[in-house]
Amino acid sequence: MESLLYPMIALGGLGLAFGLLLSFASRKFAVPVDPKVAAVRALLPGANCGACGFEGCDIYAENVAAGKAETNRCPVGGGELAAALAAVMGTEAEVQEKKVASVRCRTSCERGIEAYIYQGIRDCRKATVLPGGGPNACSYSCLGFGTCIPACAFGALSVQDGVIVVDRHLCVGCGKCVEACPRGVLEMIPVSQPVRLACNNADKGVQVREVCPEGCIGCGLCAKVCEAKAIEMRNNLPVIDGSLCVGCGKCVEKCPVKAIVVTPAGEEKTGAGGE
Amino acid sequence: MKHRLFRGGVHPEGGKELTKDKPIVPLDPGGTLVFPLSQHIGAPCLPLVEKGQEILRGQLIASPPEGRLGVAIHSSVSGKVKSIEMRPVVGGRGVSVVVENDGLAREVSFEERPRWRELSRESILSIISESGIVGLGGACFPTSVKLNPPPDSPIDTVILNGAECEPYLTCDDRIMQEHADDVACGTELLRRIFPDARIVVGLEENKPEAIEALSGAFAAIGADVEVRALPVMYPQGSEKQLIFAVTGRSVPSGKLPCAVGCLVQNVATVRNMYLAVAQGRPLMDRVITVTGEGIAEPGNFLVPLGTLVSRLIEVAGGFKGDPGKVIAGGPMMGFALTRLDVPVVKGTSGILVQPRSMTLVEPERDCIRCGRCIEVCPMGLEPYRLNRLALLEDYDAFVDEGGMDCIECGSCSYTCPSMRYLVQSLREAKRTAAARRRK
Repeated sequence: MESLLYPMIALGGLGLAFGLLLSFASRKFAVPVDPKVAAVRALLPGANCGACGFEGCDIYAENVAAGKAETNRCPVGGGELAAALAAVMGTEAEVQEKKVASVRCRTSCERGIEAYIYQGIRDCRKATVLPGGGPNACSYSCLGFGTCIPACAFGALSVQDGVIVVDRHLCVGCGKCVEACPRGVLEMIPVSQPVRLACNNADKGVQVREVCPEGCIGCGLCAKVCEAKAIEMRNNLPVIDGSLCVGCGKCVEKCPVKAIVVTPAGEEKTGAGGE
Repeated sequence: MKHRLFRGGVHPEGGKELTKDKPIVPLDPGGTLVFPLSQHIGAPCLPLVEKGQEILRGQLIASPPEGRLGVAIHSSVSGKVKSIEMRPVVGGRGVSVVVENDGLAREVSFEERPRWRELSRESILSIISESGIVGLGGACFPTSVKLNPPPDSPIDTVILNGAECEPYLTCDDRIMQEHADDVACGTELLRRIFPDARIVVGLEENKPEAIEALSGAFAAIGADVEVRALPVMYPQGSEKQLIFAVTGRSVPSGKLPCAVGCLVQNVATVRNMYLAVAQGRPLMDRVITVTGEGIAEPGNFLVPLGTLVSRLIEVAGGFKGDPGKVIAGGPMMGFALTRLDVPVVKGTSGILVQPRSMTLVEPERDCIRCGRCIEVCPMGLEPYRLNRLALLEDYDAFVDEGGMDCIECGSCSYTCPSMRYLVQSLREAKRTAAARRRK
C-alpha cells in the first residue's frame, strides 16, 4: 500500500504546484486579445491565399480588427463576407464586385504559329529567357506550360489545347495567377462583365497577322460599334469597361478575328452562344 | 613557360577547320539593311535621321541619349531611310532604322589622322566613343567606358583576347592573320592610354598562323607586346578565365577585372580602335564567320552591320540539306534564331547552321548526381544544385550559392549525361534574382 501512496502524494503535489504556477502565469503574463480579431478570423475562409495583400487570414484578421485594413479585401468571401465583417466592425460595408480571372489568349501552338521547336524546360518563366520570350511566334501569347496552375490554391486553372483555361465556378478572384504569369496573359475582370477580350497582342495588325490567325489586329471596330462607349482602344488592343458594358454583343459580332468573346455572364444577357 | 589553366572547362569539338583557311571576303549586303537602336549595353540610341532621308556610308544615324551609357550607330551603306519601326532582331524585337541600300557605297569623307600616335588619351577615348565601338567579342560593352576604369584601380596588365574558344568561329583568327598590322597599331593606342601597363595577347595554341602573324607585326613596329599561346580549353576566351590563364589572378566574385589591375579587349575591338582613330572610320562592318555543317559554302565575311542574316546565308551558298538550327554566335553561347530577317549587329560574331540531324536532343532526364557539371564549371559552382534551386524558384538560396557568378558558358549543359537544361534554368534564375534585387 505504501509503495502506491508515496508516488500518488508526490505526483499529486507536483501537479498542484504546477497548476498553481500556470494559473498565476496566465494572469500575470496575459496578452490582451481583441475579441474582434477572433470574431473576424472565424468569418474568414481560411484559404491563406494572400490575395488580400496580407500574409494569411490571421494577419488580415488582426489588421481588420485594428481598423487598418478594409473589410472588402478578401476576394474568396466576396461581398457577403465584406458585409459580415463590416457588421462585426460596425462600419459601412464597401462591397466590391467579385472578379474572375480571364485569359487574354485562345491560340494554341497547334492552331497558331510556333516559331521553333522547343526543347527546353516545360515552364513558362524558364521559357521567357529564350529568344522571343518562348517558342510561340506571338510573344504575347499563353505559352501553355501552366506555370500559373500551382499558383492557384483553388484548382481553377487547367491547360486545354495548349492554352490556359479558367474554371469560373472554382475561381475566387484572388488574382494570384495574374502575378504568376510572366507574360501578363491573365487579367481580372468583374464576374458580371458580359464580354471579354481573348487576345494579348499589342502589336500592329500586320505584325499580329504574321504570328497568329486569331489575334486582335487592333482595327478598333469594336470601339466604334459600341453604343455604351464601354470600349476604348489602348495600345492596339480594346480595353473593355465592365461597368459600362450592357452586353449587346455588337462587338462580338463585328470583330473580324473574333477576338472578343461572350462570357457566361454575357450569355444570360445576350442569349448568345457559349465561349 | 609553364601554362596556368583555369579550373574546369571542356573540349567541345572544333568545327573550326570548316572556315579556318577561308580568307575574309567583303560581302554585298543586299537591298535592305536594318540598324537596331539597341545593340550595345546601355540605353537605346535616339535616331538622328528621318524617313525618306538620303544617307551616306559612315554617316551617324543614331546616338545615345545625353549623359547615358551607350555608343553611336553609323550607317554601313548609302541609300534612303525607309522607315524607323519595330523590327525583329536577335532575341526579340526592337526599334530599328531600316535603310534601302542604293548599292553605290557613297561614303562620308573620313577624317584621317596621320599623327594619331601623338593624340592625347582623352582625344583617343572620345574618338572611340564617337565611332560607336563596343566590345566585339559579343558582350557589346562600350569600349570607351571600359578603357576608362576608375582611378582607384590602376591597370597594370592589358590583355588582348584572341582566344576565340567557341567552336566553329574563326573570325578573330582570320583578323589576327590578315590584319595583324592593324591589331598591332591598335595596341599602340592601348599603350597611349595605359603607358605603364604590360600588354599581352592571349590566344589558344591551335592558331599557329595567328601567333606568327601577330609576332611579326609587333616586331615590325617595335611594340613591346607578348604573344602568349594558351592551351586549348573552353571557355578560355571568357574574361575572368583569360585573366587567370595569363596572370594567375582571380577576379573576386561580383567584381570587374580592373579590381585585379587587368583589362581585356577583344582583338577585333582593338583593330577597330585603330581604324577609328587613325583612319577616322567608325564601326561600320565586322568580320563574321558563316559556318556549320548545314551551310553550303562556309566562309569568313566582312559584313556591313545591318545586313540581314538571310542575305548572309544566301551569299554563303544557302542551306545544305535540311537546316535544323540557325544560331547567331557560336554553338556554346549563341542564340538560336527564330527567323532569318534579323540583322547582323555589332555583337554578332558568327552565323552557325546545324543540320536537323545534329539538333535533335534527347529529352531531359533526372540528375544522377555524377558531379561532372561541378568538375567542368570554370567558375567553381555546383550547377546541378543551382539548377534544383532555380527550378524550385528559391532565388535567395540561388544567390547564396553563387548563382550570380555563372557566366552561362554552357560547359555544364554540354557535359551533363542526363541532358539537363542547366544553363536555361540558371539564366532565368539569374535574371529573376537580379530583377528582384533592383526592386
